[in-house]
Amino acid sequence: MSEQLQVPPAEFQSYYGRPILKVAKWKEPDLPAYLFLGEMSGALAMVGAMAHATGRRSLARTARLASAASAFAGGAFLTAELGRPERFANMLRVAKPTSPMSMGSWILAAHSGLTSLAAASEVTGSLGIAGGMAGAASAITGPLLATYPGVLLANTAVPAWHAAHRELPMLFAGGAMTAAGAAGLAASVVSRDRADFDAARKLALIGAGVESLAGYGLEHGHGLDSEPYQTGDGGKMLAAARYLTIGGGIAALAARRSRTAAAVSAAMLTGGGVCAKIAVLRAGKASAADPKYVVASQRPDGQPGSRSLA
Amino acid sequence: MTGKTADQNSLFGPLADVSGNAGYTEHPQRVGFFTDTSVCIGCKACEVACKEWNGLPDSDGDVLELTGLSYDNTAALTANSWRHVAFIEQDKPLIDAQSDGDGHATRWLMASDVCKHCTHAACLDVCPTGALVRTEFGTVIVQPDVCNGCAYCVSACPFGVIDRREGDGRAWKCTMCYDRLRGGLEPACAKACPTDSIQFGPLDELRALAQTRLADLHAAGETGARLYGEDPDDGIGGAGAFFLLLDEPEVYGLPPDPVVTTKDLPDMWRWAGAAAGVLAAGVVMAFSGRRK
Repeated sequence: MSEQLQVPPAEFQSYYGRPILKVAKWKEPDLPAYLFLGEMSGALAMVGAMAHATGRRSLARTARLASAASAFAGGAFLTAELGRPERFANMLRVAKPTSPMSMGSWILAAHSGLTSLAAASEVTGSLGIAGGMAGAASAITGPLLATYPGVLLANTAVPAWHAAHRELPMLFAGGAMTAAGAAGLAASVVSRDRADFDAARKLALIGAGVESLAGYGLEHGHGLDSEPYQTGDGGKMLAAARYLTIGGGIAALAARRSRTAAAVSAAMLTGGGVCAKIAVLRAGKASAADPKYVVASQRPDGQPGSRSLA
Repeated sequence: MTGKTADQNSLFGPLADVSGNAGYTEHPQRVGFFTDTSVCIGCKACEVACKEWNGLPDSDGDVLELTGLSYDNTAALTANSWRHVAFIEQDKPLIDAQSDGDGHATRWLMASDVCKHCTHAACLDVCPTGALVRTEFGTVIVQPDVCNGCAYCVSACPFGVIDRREGDGRAWKCTMCYDRLRGGLEPACAKACPTDSIQFGPLDELRALAQTRLADLHAAGETGARLYGEDPDDGIGGAGAFFLLLDEPEVYGLPPDPVVTTKDLPDMWRWAGAAAGVLAAGVVMAFSGRRK
């Protein structure tokens, strides 16, 4: 006699299977590019400050220039998401703690200014004290810029994003480290000062660990809300991200002696970070498009009528 | 006393004076819609009146597209459709005594959906420009001259109501006819509704009216009748536009028990702070140890 081991799959009612939520308007490549460049700029600002403080001149220069450049490139992709890009400045019309996008706009504005000053100081050799202070201050704005988008996405009605409010900022923190590490590894390929860049290699390894763990949490931590991270377009991208990030981490182990390994690691870590951002966007869209995720997340016991009738 | 009163629940929970909480010192009483779907006849006069009064465009495939979903060719609330009548055909008896002998009968459910004008409105909370505001009537509107089309509200709304208009780039939704309210008129949809399925008035009065109607329906044997969005203790602090439904909310395309996303916002910021700490610690760790 066979025993029924599984609970039968829950049936969800819906209005002709149509979405309850609106699918996010945010699109590829703009949103993933913004997320990637923002976190990279954030971590690089801190790397620049640390390298400056510890006398790693080549790494400091690379990190400060790349941090400013990626902050501005990220801002351009963010602006491209707007329905009215010419009104970008309206973001700075108010400051609202309940709006992560408002907070993020202020962080991005401050971070862009500080990293620009630090980069200008690096290029011109003047602005010594001001440049140094701006670089140090960008080590504060950087980690905030890298992780606030986790709140931006989680503070929505999208089940796969809202449920993952612990993992998303951690995924972006890990991604920030791998992106900054990859930038350093790439620079080390052409640098004569390779010892300077060992910190970038270590950062890439730490980041690959954090990013992979956070990705695992997205995939397995939230029951049905995790399904969009396992299946479909989001699942495929997250799997690709995992292989690239872990592969990039392994390549980084050999990067101290081999320029080829450094280049391969940089490319794989960058690819992994970008794929993870695309995965998060696609999973969120899939989660909003299927009403079953909305209904299931609001009926914990799976039964209609669990909410008391008036 | 550290507990919050009903006057202070800015993110979650009952809120006695929603306009006062938004900063209005003197304001009219909160108004709303009570949409009693049990008397809706599916005429779509509300959809038409809304389009006419608000001058809404017909883009986004709103019209002249046959969906095949019963009589519903509007399909959803969008930037250009601020009322949406849902049509549901069910193969079950309305009341047992009316069944046709073999236990089956077709019943029609028709319901005119609209923006809920939530007490705790996620769209308003997350708007980074201040384009979305609370009015003196307790309703929620978008200021088109401020909105920059970031679309955050679109993903934040737990009802899938607010939407960005293609070609225009800004977010749009029901204003509860703010211009008509300012002029002392009722919203166009309520004015046009021939069966008073859509009722407009002070929210407190509508809630009392709805309880009476619900009791009448239960007494008449319509046990599936329930109110949706009228409870100030629910996940959105109660809706400014609530409904009487005859079946589960999801049958009408409504979320069964929505909770405003900003309820968890303090917790989310804490986790982001922890992640920022992990990032900072990771960078410091990468620079520790001797240089090789």
